[in-house]
Amino acid sequence: MKIFIPTPLRQYAGGNDTVDVTASTVASALDELTGAHADLRKHLFTPEGKVRSFVNLYLNDEDVRYLPEKDKTAVKESDTLSIIPSIAGGGKL
Amino acid sequence: MSTLRLPGAVYDAIRAHGERTYPHECCGALLGLKGEDGWVVTASIEAGNTRTDSAHNRYQISPFELMKLERAAREQGVAIAGFYHSHPDHPAQWSETDFNEAHWLGCSYVITAIENGVAAITNAFVLNGASEETKTFAPESLILGD
Repeated sequence: MKIFIPTPLRQYAGGNDTVDVTASTVASALDELTGAHADLRKHLFTPEGKVRSFVNLYLNDEDVRYLPEKDKTAVKESDTLSIIPSIAGGGKL
Repeated sequence: MSTLRLPGAVYDAIRAHGERTYPHECCGALLGLKGEDGWVVTASIEAGNTRTDSAHNRYQISPFELMKLERAAREQGVAIAGFYHSHPDHPAQWSETDFNEAHWLGCSYVITAIENGVAAITNAFVLNGASEETKTFAPESLILGD
């Protein structure tokens, strides 16, 4: 399957915007990704191993948080996984 | 100091967006390519502000919309270079909220102050750092031109 890497993380993925992995679930796809590009791990996961709260994962067009099996969801070769850091902010209090 | 190069039409468009959504904050993405000393923006894309509960002082782009923007950028052979938003009746400086919610390291964040509905100062900042724990905002030199 293809994992799409967002702009800020490409430097930690060999400069690639896409990384191909062979995996059976979303979690194992991320394991494959960070196994091949170890520097990505700290950007995607907390020290406790949880996906950072501001990191959104989309399996094709579905938010992984809302899939019944979340990161244990099975994946196919033709699937795509998009990593999308959140964007928010605002001015006066 | 790094630079952010914006076509005049993009500069005008993001300021007009802020005037149009006043007194609410506007937001959107900047697409472009990495240059020697900073991003070279080719286009901007307006996004919806999902913070309808507090749109006068907060903005958020839905992750789903962001995913679609990122996909569109990739298909066009460009990247998400950064984001823009407005500060209605508030300075064009990053706020604590902007900093806490900024996670696109190496990308540009453009802020336009909208004063009484009229675009005033527009400033650009780059999110530097090698990790979430070491990130900092630094001012960028905004260069306009096509």
